[in-house]
Amino acid sequence: MIHLEQITKTYRMGDNVVHALRGLDLSIAQGEFIAIIGSSGSGKSTLMNILGCLCPPSSGVYRLRDRAVEHLSEDQLAEIRNREIGFVFQNFHLLARTTALDNVMLPLIYAGVPYGERERRARLALTRVGLGERIDHLPNQLSGGQRQRVAIARALVTEPTLILADEPTGNLDSKTTEEIMALFDELHEAGNTLILVTHEPEIAERTRRVIRIGDGQVVSDTRNPARQVTEVPA
Amino acid sequence: MKVKAIFVLGESCRSAAMAIRANLFRAFLTALGIIIGVASVVTVVSLIQGFRLAIERQFQGLGSNSLTVSAYTPPMDELKGLRAKLSQDDVADLRAQIAGVEAITPTLESVQETRYRGRTHSTFVRGTTPAYLEVNATQVDGGRFLVPQDLKTRNNVAVIGVKLAEKLNLPADPLGTHFQIAGEWFKIVGVLEKKGESFGFSMDDYVIIPYPKATILQNEMGAPDISVQISITDNLALTPMKQQIANLLRRNHGLKEGEPDDFRIETQEEITATFGELMNGITLVIGGVVAISLLVGGIGIMNIMLVSVTERTREIGVRKALGAKRNHILLQFLTEAVLISFVAGALGLLIGMGVSQAVAGAIPQLASAYTPPWAAVLAFGFSVGTGIVFGILPAMKAAALDPIEALQYE
Ligand SMILES: Nc1ncnc2c1ncn2[C@@H]1O[C@H](COP(=O)(O)OP(=O)(O)OP(=O)(O)O)[C@@H](O)[C@H]1O
Ligand SMILES: [Mg+2]
Repeated sequence: MIHLEQITKTYRMGDNVVHALRGLDLSIAQGEFIAIIGSSGSGKSTLMNILGCLCPPSSGVYRLRDRAVEHLSEDQLAEIRNREIGFVFQNFHLLARTTALDNVMLPLIYAGVPYGERERRARLALTRVGLGERIDHLPNQLSGGQRQRVAIARALVTEPTLILADEPTGNLDSKTTEEIMALFDELHEAGNTLILVTHEPEIAERTRRVIRIGDGQVVSDTRNPARQVTEVPA
Repeated sequence: MKVKAIFVLGESCRSAAMAIRANLFRAFLTALGIIIGVASVVTVVSLIQGFRLAIERQFQGLGSNSLTVSAYTPPMDELKGLRAKLSQDDVADLRAQIAGVEAITPTLESVQETRYRGRTHSTFVRGTTPAYLEVNATQVDGGRFLVPQDLKTRNNVAVIGVKLAEKLNLPADPLGTHFQIAGEWFKIVGVLEKKGESFGFSMDDYVIIPYPKATILQNEMGAPDISVQISITDNLALTPMKQQIANLLRRNHGLKEGEPDDFRIETQEEITATFGELMNGITLVIGGVVAISLLVGGIGIMNIMLVSVTERTREIGVRKALGAKRNHILLQFLTEAVLISFVAGALGLLIGMGVSQAVAGAIPQLASAYTPPWAAVLAFGFSVGTGIVFGILPAMKAAALDPIEALQYE
């Protein structure tokens, strides 16, 4: 479903040229649950940004569902982000002073979904992440774990091809991390394709495939044995 | 395509309303400049236009097909103590020799003391003839006006304005009552229709008596100062008629070639139009000066919108990450600016109308305020235009942000 070939990304800062990615190859199939690990500055976030169509690669081929996306215009990329990608960020990135429901409805606005349908789908997504009761709360009235649930609901609501999470539990304590991971497990069980970046080995272990990035390239790509999810979902 | 455009517009209005609600106080501050600007423009224009309207109404009291001939003393002669006058002969000649006159009446006005049961009040005493009604397009409310008989018999009859009746505390039905004007007894035979107030002065504080009687009352003060009101049958004949009148009066007054007229002939249209032009000029100048404050208000909008874009950089990043295109963001911020200025314009309009009414009410010398529709539309359109013009730059800045940089903005 996803096919990366010889992807490079260079940042130019004055005279300094930073090679964040140097010829990275990667293929990902429908329904995979992947952890991307690697030391700080190895290019994990850069890879996620390219996968999420937030920025084009400097060179290389990126096919998303058999569609070449590396040369698309800004607005075409926005459309792909809207239809195909669901983002979950480390610091949630919810709109302040905007209710959980309105936050979750946001991507549907840009998809052109009418209000009534939008609200119905947003309520459904919030219920799915276990926040059916708190739809009218503002982000600052929610705990970190709850905020991340809202953000996950927002990523789910468009029924994207791919859910990307860059250190989704980086700002959460271990108990809340456990709850969020249980939620990701569920999403995986339901057939979603999930890619998450993490620093924590315990989290990487819970996924099915671990890709280690080093110096802008894939250094290892291992598959975890399928394991039974025994944890009680939160 | 059209349906989609409406959807996008509707959504940007919705999210603009949401953003404004989320930051209501700042939106209010942004709007304040425009509110004050529009309110002051509307106040000033309303007061001036109210003034203009009142004066025009006053002039319209005279029939629109009428001319007024009055004596005019050039300033140099006035310094020498000379006073130009129209004479009884002038009036007689005008009546006899000018063609196309529908009605003509001399008017002789002076201020005299009136008295009734120990109460005294100084008022305008206007000596005129039955034709006065027609020339001035007015009528009596009760009783009768002067009739030709009154002029012949030199009856002491009077037709009064309602304010005079009030000032002298005359009976509720004053018809038949006798009162004194300059020590002479007059019988009230009619009451004139009420004209109301203008700039705090009553237009009904006067009494009309037969013209010959007025000349006798005034005789002690030398030759009376007569003006003549003429209504004409065909106002196309106005210009030649003015020329005829001028020739006649110059002949009567023995003016030589090159000597200036010692009288003035004015039509109601001329007086009204000149005045209207003057008032519109004043409106334009003052309105223009005040409109500069709208510009300041617009710069205020731009300033706060720019701050808002910077402050909401992360929000813009989030929206873009979730699929907002350039135009979505552009439209969102533009709609926000226009919505603020729209509401500000409406508020300013209402406040301006309210304040001008209040000011006009508090100061009796001012006419009641009148907000002409063009002023309302203009002030409103100007403030919305301000929103667009000064909102576009911040909106473009927002739309051009790079999603990743915007997301990482601290
Ligand atoms: N916008 C940018 N401009 C310049 N250099 C950048 C930019 N973004 C990333 N880089 C550089 O690219 C390299 C890879 O960065 P990236 O953020 O992908 O690392 P990372 O693996 O996500 O690190 P971390 O684990 O600390 O999040 C780094 O050397 C970083 O300094
Ligand atoms: Mg990173």
